[in-house]
Amino acid sequence: MAKIVSLAEAVGDNVRDGDTVAMEGFTHLIPYAAGHEVIRQGRKDLYLVRMTPDILYDQLIGVGAARGMKFSWGGNPGVGSLHRFRDAVENQWPRPLEIEEHSHAAMANAYEAGAANLPFATLRGYIGADLPKVNPNIKSVTCPFTGEVLAAVPAIRPDVTIIHAQRADRKGNVLIEGIVGVQKEAVLAAKRSIVTVEEIVDELNPPSPNSLVLPSWAITSVAHVPGGAFPSYAHGYYPRSNAFYIGWDEIARDRDSFSAWIKENVLDARPEDFARHAGNKPAKAA
Amino acid sequence: MSDFTPTEMMTIAAARALSNDDVCFVGIGAPSAACNVARLTHAPDITLIYESGTVGTKPDVLPLSIGDGELCDTALFTVSVPEMFRYWLQGGRITTGFLGGAQIDRFANLNTTVVGPYDHPKVRLPGGGGAPEIASNCGRIFITMALSKRGFVEKLPFITSMGHGEGGNHRERLGMKTKGPTRVITDLCILEPDPETKELTVVSIHPGVTREQIVENCGWAIKFADEVIETPAPTALELTTLRDINARTKKAHQGDKEAA
Repeated sequence: MAKIVSLAEAVGDNVRDGDTVAMEGFTHLIPYAAGHEVIRQGRKDLYLVRMTPDILYDQLIGVGAARGMKFSWGGNPGVGSLHRFRDAVENQWPRPLEIEEHSHAAMANAYEAGAANLPFATLRGYIGADLPKVNPNIKSVTCPFTGEVLAAVPAIRPDVTIIHAQRADRKGNVLIEGIVGVQKEAVLAAKRSIVTVEEIVDELNPPSPNSLVLPSWAITSVAHVPGGAFPSYAHGYYPRSNAFYIGWDEIARDRDSFSAWIKENVLDARPEDFARHAGNKPAKAA
Repeated sequence: MSDFTPTEMMTIAAARALSNDDVCFVGIGAPSAACNVARLTHAPDITLIYESGTVGTKPDVLPLSIGDGELCDTALFTVSVPEMFRYWLQGGRITTGFLGGAQIDRFANLNTTVVGPYDHPKVRLPGGGGAPEIASNCGRIFITMALSKRGFVEKLPFITSMGHGEGGNHRERLGMKTKGPTRVITDLCILEPDPETKELTVVSIHPGVTREQIVENCGWAIKFADEVIETPAPTALELTTLRDINARTKKAHQGDKEAA
């Protein structure tokens, strides 16, 4: 059964130095507050996994919390580069970053294989592309029935997966709505998991029998952090701050302005500060 | 209607490549603008799919990211990312993929990964995302990007997604049954692969553009087809539609500045 705890406890209990950590959310429901708590608690030597490392991983890389990263698209969506990620890869600042790069299809399949307790994933992928030449974890497998040669990648099995969701009930059952990305697969593939939520309610009342619910017994810790996905968004609660994503380009371009931003908005801040972004619950939420 | 920019011409020429029957996997940026102009003009029933899992989406403003809430709010349905890539893309359900890129070569291979050596890149670009499998699994591929010497290069430092590889029947030799890139729409002209060699060849030149401009802005010795036509200028409806959606988008993306 999931324990409902503070964010500080959830991160303290589940994230250890050197862990392989997946913080997922495909543009939507990115667990920013939890990522900031990981930085505040000074976790180091993390191996980060995420399909679309955007601003949150730019921040973790920029503070030097990561030794490596497995990913498939590392940019600021619609804006351009992740400057801290680029500085780490191009100039090894603040430390070298070991990278393992895949395509989205391979990452999605690898999470699914992890959730399915399989050692690897197979896909019709990477044909004619150069990534297999630079990533030794992209191999091939021959179909025993047809002889077709397919791409194979290892399953993703994080030590801990962290996601953000709309709400949980008091037992810790979690409902996720909207663009659901790979969050379910990432949680089920991991040894431990943290889910931060916009609200905790008496009755979950999933809107459909097919709603995406993660049961309490498949989650390690749940923390109530309203606004915890800002500047990404929570469908039914608050919109994506595209202006923040555009503004991040300037902040992250320079090492000093980045460090000043981290001090003011992460090191000297608290999870409760995210609540100001939570807004009013609009009618679309059930 | 004579007053339009090269970028507007590019987006509108790209939009015209799409039809009502297309099920289109949409890349962010220029492809997204073109696909939505098509939907708002001549192809109202086109199915637009973004890799975040939104299927049949009809955004009122262009998304900044591939997963803006606008896409989910206006979609017929939304699936998980593994389902998107496994059932819909790899399953062969998508007729057309629409991609952009940082660099392209004469066989329409694309690079969005690195400039310089992979291990010590001069410029680290975001990477491939969905492109490698979009390029191989969609029925055909359209590409849109501005023509420039930096973008249209003799040799790519890295092949992020394969177009026609080394040319000729390279795709077939690798077992691919899809067509690959069939059209590249730039701000100066439209290119299509030669039927035999698969080398990108100019087939249509935008109004007011000269052959010399095209030659000067391409990093390889670009070829022209035997018959080259002039791209029809944007119509009033096309221009108004594009400008309106761009204006709505700009307003929406800046509107939340206070919150940031």
